[in-house]
Amino acid sequence: MTKHTAGQRIVIEPVTRVEGHGKVTILLDEHRKVKHARLHIVEFRGFERFIQGRPFWEVPVLVQRLCGICPVSHHLAAAKAMDRIVGGEKLTPTAEKVRRLMHYGQFFQSHALHFFHLVSPDLLFGFDADPAIRNVIGVAKKFPELAVQGVMMRKYGQEIIRITAGKKIHGTGAVPGGVNKNVSIEERDFLRKDLDQMVAWSRAALKLCKDYTVEHLEELAPFGSFDSNHLALVREDGAMDLYHGNLRAIDAAGKKIFDQVDYQNYAEYIAEEVRPWSYMKFPFIKSLGPAKGWYRVGPLARVNVCDCIDTPEAEAARKEFMAVTKGAPNNISMAYHWTRMIELLHSIEKIKELLHDPDLQGEDLVVKGARRSETVGLIEAPRGTLFHHYKVDDNDQVVMANLIVSTTNNNEPMNRAVTKVAEDHLSGVTITEGLLNRIEVAIRAYDPCLSCATHALGAMPLVVELRAHTGELVDRRVQA
Amino acid sequence: MNDRFAFTIDGVEVQGRPGQTIMQAADEAGIYIPRLCSHKELAPHGSCRVCTVLVNGRPQTACTQPAGPGIIVENSSEALLAIRCNLIEMLFIEGNHFCMFCEKSGNCELQALAYRFGIMAPKYPYLFPTRELDASHPDIFIDRNRCILCGRCVRASRDLDGKNVFQFVGRGPRKRIAVNAKTALADTDAARADKAVSACPVGAILRKRVGYGIPIGQRMYDAAPIGSDIEAARAHPHK
Repeated sequence: MTKHTAGQRIVIEPVTRVEGHGKVTILLDEHRKVKHARLHIVEFRGFERFIQGRPFWEVPVLVQRLCGICPVSHHLAAAKAMDRIVGGEKLTPTAEKVRRLMHYGQFFQSHALHFFHLVSPDLLFGFDADPAIRNVIGVAKKFPELAVQGVMMRKYGQEIIRITAGKKIHGTGAVPGGVNKNVSIEERDFLRKDLDQMVAWSRAALKLCKDYTVEHLEELAPFGSFDSNHLALVREDGAMDLYHGNLRAIDAAGKKIFDQVDYQNYAEYIAEEVRPWSYMKFPFIKSLGPAKGWYRVGPLARVNVCDCIDTPEAEAARKEFMAVTKGAPNNISMAYHWTRMIELLHSIEKIKELLHDPDLQGEDLVVKGARRSETVGLIEAPRGTLFHHYKVDDNDQVVMANLIVSTTNNNEPMNRAVTKVAEDHLSGVTITEGLLNRIEVAIRAYDPCLSCATHALGAMPLVVELRAHTGELVDRRVQA
Repeated sequence: MNDRFAFTIDGVEVQGRPGQTIMQAADEAGIYIPRLCSHKELAPHGSCRVCTVLVNGRPQTACTQPAGPGIIVENSSEALLAIRCNLIEMLFIEGNHFCMFCEKSGNCELQALAYRFGIMAPKYPYLFPTRELDASHPDIFIDRNRCILCGRCVRASRDLDGKNVFQFVGRGPRKRIAVNAKTALADTDAARADKAVSACPVGAILRKRVGYGIPIGQRMYDAAPIGSDIEAARAHPHK
């Protein structure tokens, strides 16, 4: 932390326990009140440029290298896009179910990782606990059973990915028009063994998260919260669908902005704004413009946007969640955790359903049809809606790529959350430990993957800077 | 069978026949000598030097050196292994080999050799050369980033396909594989089924739109290191 008594700017760097590298700057007005706060993403990777020229069938394997946490989402979004290039978007039942199994396995491991390893320390020890204890090692010492559950649940999701994609990280399962393998009886039985335990632990994690949120609702409701639009894929009947569907956007009160939009036409509805201080773009709904069109994605948005969830326990949990706001969209940032655990339970329910479906053992793996040259692949990744848009020339080479990753969609909401926390918790011109912690907690609710969003690399530190209206640095704090 | 003669490889007696190279005799005896430019269906080339052995104390390429009665061949001394590792590492750093997304991964002889020798990362700095792609052909893709100049495609096209599609051009660091046309591969008579395509040991010449079709675990070198098939003959000589 750097500090200037003359009073002008605060920096928090690095932000810890999120994926990627970020910095927060809080700007003050002439009365030393918070004017706004910005989450700067300072890294750059450039995947969209360097996949140009590569053959299209290579893209699902190449672009997943954006991330080591949710590579399956990039793998499948790109594969869905390339399905259309080979005219094979109507997958065989086996191919679609193997991909879905891979995807739910990914959700299961990613949500378990986030909750048990990254978030549980805040909930179990409190936002103000000593950072030396408030981490996954602290959880392992004080709540060893919970820590073991987290590790085992993540492992289970990773085993699903290994079986469907060939490797736990960066596999090759999805190919344009289908998959390269099915799930054998032996592999299915291996996964069935621990299924009941995983369901039980998911129920327990959901309960822990729900009870915590309900118990602390008064404190959590205003914490980093604000009204926003919400965007997600939904099935044709309005049900939540994490693998495939059409786009639906609602406003903060639940009114539909658009519904059942074929995502091939996403560019007619969504645009991206560039701001000079961040490598991460700011997407918005075109009809509302950049000032009012920004939206949230991810678990909270998905639960808000959908009409129902097609698995019984997750649907019951959704109803319970929606009852808190009497059926209206929930705009509480910290409610992300609760909805993430609803999705954890939904994922394991879907996994159970799929592991009892004989189509997984089918032999018909790939379909092809009429060739196309432009394509969009969308999927709901653990962190939110993920857009892959490509153009491929007659030589099979990619000539254009545009990726809008989940965290990019949540860019403006994360900035709002940080601003809200700064407004509520900044006193004077000093970044206290409490403020630093709270800014991190707010960012972490969105489970951002900053490295994906900016296409960056490296460990995740947070810098927070406090700046005066003159631009002078007032305070700076670095969280290692 | 009277014309057979004996010699030794690493102290093991091996039978050879007149006209055989050391590598051919070693293969028959179930002894694996690492190689890249050598291919069973092609004439020896001796360019990659990975098969370097000591013959009566002198370095020779096993793919070109004839076997002879009484010669003493060293194939697996520490010094030879070090030379081979260096050669393989240099092949990696002078091209752009990104195994993590290459469709040849698991079926690539260069990658398989690196795994066999335990090379996790090269000790030399990467050169990151600028190399050209040629995607003009409807069924074949050339990615020169991965070319190791083994010349298998040149020999296979000329000797097996009877086409002369590929040829070396340039010298030294500018040496590269060119195609026998004014502009690109599409203007040659190269075809999907050509031996010149399947002979490529790395991911430089590929059949289009079939990449990643073989799942991880079932690829050529997923289960056992490269050369294991040859060594299996020694372990089970009657099979």
